[in-house]
Amino acid sequence: MSDAPSAPDSNKPRRNFFQILEFDTRLLGMVGAFIGLCLVFDFMTDGRFLTPRNVFNLTIQTVSVAIMATGMVFVIVTRNIDLSVGALLATSSAIMAMTQTDILPNYFEFGLEHPLTPWIAIAVGLLSGALIGAFNGWLIGYLTVPAFIVTLGGFLVWRNVAWYLTDGQTIGPLDSTFLKFGGINGTLGTTWSWALGILTVLVVIFMQFSSRRNKISHNFPVKPMWAEGLLGFGAAAVILGFIGTLNAYQIPYRRLERMFAARGEVMPEGFTAGYGLPISVFVLIAVAIGMTIIAKKTRFGRYIFATGGNPDAAALSGINTRMLTVKVFALMGFLAGLSAVVASARLTNHSNDIGTLDELRVIAAAVIGGTALAGGLGTIVGAILGALIMQSLQSGMAMVGVDAPLQNIVVGGVLVIAVLLDIQYRKRSGDA
Amino acid sequence: MKLFAVATAAAFSLAMSTTAFAQGLTVGVSWSNFQEERWKTDEAAIVSALEAAGATYVSADAQSSSAKQLSDVESLIAQGVDALIILAQDAQAIGPAVQAAADEGIPVVGYDRLIEDSRAFYLTFDNVEVGRMQARAVFAAQPTGRYVMIKGSPTDPNADFLRGGQQEILQAAIDAGDITIVAEAYTDGWLPANAQRNMEQILTAQDNGVDAVVASNDGTAGGVVAALTGQGMEGLPVSGQDGDHAALNRVANGTQTVSVWKDARALGRAAGEIAVALAGGAAMADVENAAAWTSPAGTDMTAVFLAPVPVTADNLSVVVDAGWITQEALCQGVSGGPAPCN
Repeated sequence: MSDAPSAPDSNKPRRNFFQILEFDTRLLGMVGAFIGLCLVFDFMTDGRFLTPRNVFNLTIQTVSVAIMATGMVFVIVTRNIDLSVGALLATSSAIMAMTQTDILPNYFEFGLEHPLTPWIAIAVGLLSGALIGAFNGWLIGYLTVPAFIVTLGGFLVWRNVAWYLTDGQTIGPLDSTFLKFGGINGTLGTTWSWALGILTVLVVIFMQFSSRRNKISHNFPVKPMWAEGLLGFGAAAVILGFIGTLNAYQIPYRRLERMFAARGEVMPEGFTAGYGLPISVFVLIAVAIGMTIIAKKTRFGRYIFATGGNPDAAALSGINTRMLTVKVFALMGFLAGLSAVVASARLTNHSNDIGTLDELRVIAAAVIGGTALAGGLGTIVGAILGALIMQSLQSGMAMVGVDAPLQNIVVGGVLVIAVLLDIQYRKRSGDA
Repeated sequence: MKLFAVATAAAFSLAMSTTAFAQGLTVGVSWSNFQEERWKTDEAAIVSALEAAGATYVSADAQSSSAKQLSDVESLIAQGVDALIILAQDAQAIGPAVQAAADEGIPVVGYDRLIEDSRAFYLTFDNVEVGRMQARAVFAAQPTGRYVMIKGSPTDPNADFLRGGQQEILQAAIDAGDITIVAEAYTDGWLPANAQRNMEQILTAQDNGVDAVVASNDGTAGGVVAALTGQGMEGLPVSGQDGDHAALNRVANGTQTVSVWKDARALGRAAGEIAVALAGGAAMADVENAAAWTSPAGTDMTAVFLAPVPVTADNLSVVVDAGWITQEALCQGVSGGPAPCN
């Protein structure tokens, strides 16, 4: 009956270009919006927004919020919320600062520059973040106090625990190895950045091939060869373009001079060096990959999305949703601790106001990135892109010279509009 | 995907072309919290000083976040400023921003609040002197009795300078047993609400047995006076600073003893002039009235200190004559008060 000429081959539905590439059009839309945003700001600042220096600045400014946003995706997917991440960051940061400057030197006689000091501090900070998160999760999962209340309380408690630990003082300077996680004080340098970039490209291409071979061996449909090639080429261009941009940001002359002077050498005439990939950005990339693998490839990740989609069905099918909540919040706390390393290293001090309002930025980043507050949906890459969009908006407007109140008005508006567009998109595409 | 690749390539090539930006001096100002009213006055003074020197003004507001301030300074540097004026949210956490500016050879003027870095120029009113003036005025009004010290924000080094100056004046009377300091409290974020809460707690704890309050600025003084009024104790000697309009009105009313007035217009003008001089290549020591100074933490710095004016009931006309406040605003609700409100 359906041999109308409009449906030439019914067993092979017509697919558009993006569907052939199996590309998430939502994500593509966000990437498009982000690129559009960058181009607008670049135009308005006479080409200053997309200089290597500003791209470098933007990436290191985004890291702290982006790391936490990946954890917030899991929290929101399981239909919870965490309002305490900024406060938790402050507590972790305070604990690490006190460990470095007070506890280790005074009780264990490890100086600030002792080789073990930064690692002990980081371990303590990550552990305390994870423990506090797990405690929150226990209150929520086992004692069934709503997450909103537990973390609203935590917002006050942990912010002020941090204050109590440090007497409200700014604690610093911190260990110089620790500071390498802050961004500009710790970069890989051009050579290692290129090496890492090329290695990443090889890994991406290898994964593409192995995934394709795997699909073929199970008789799954695969993309046409040209699509694979285009994707591989695109990924390589993005990765190497990014590395190239960061490498193009030259270390200022005076800083180089100081680096040579510190080593007791004289700087050769005309010597230049690029910054390369900041270690903090490397950490973010590692977190992104790790969290994506957890989300897609592990039982833990599948349980998270199953529970978010339908908690009752998940519980009835034997998933321990209470323990799952504890684990999700512990992971969130761990990531807040990791963000604390980056944030306090970037400031080279622990300051009493560190992480203030970060909870809102993190939630906004996750939501702009397509995480549905109704649960069950959300991607790690989306959340990081959301964080990047938020930071670009803020930095860009600061650069253009938009008044402070207008900046916040715009950011607030963008948050609501992003969710509105997302809802409309899902209605049209029938995607939940 | 192709579009994406093209866009990336476009972005990439844009990024590679380091455009030569416009010449002519630009001075960037990083405010810690522009929400507070007083900085508008400073801004106007800085802008007019820069205009007079033919320089351009660009600014950013950190909205009370030391992390945002660091991003702001990075952004100002990326905009190609020739000098920076920084009102630091946090004296230590601003360090990496000063470092970044120094790497680019951009001079930094620490505006009003100390930046613990010898590469930053320090411009402020003499805060130790402000503290002395506050204590002196309260001490003159109440030479004996039970004192309360309401200090500023624990993260602002000025709070401790003020407290130090206050102590210098009161020390002799404390040693002689004439004065007892019955309580002292920091005011988080200099917020009047926090000062009021602290003062209420102190009054409760002391059964209202308080004879004078040395408050570190007019905002905290406002909180203190509100707490005192709640107990019907208004009229006790209370100190403050900044010459806030409400505070000057309180001085006219007799509920506040002194407001040490630091003319923000003089500070702003000096900051603009110093920034232009430093951007033009002048050495820090060559700035007019500059002196070597060592911070309490031991940082050797170059600084200019402007002299403040204590405004009491005896010299209230000063602020009206300077055009700082209108007589109507100063004398609102005051009848038969000190000149010019009589």
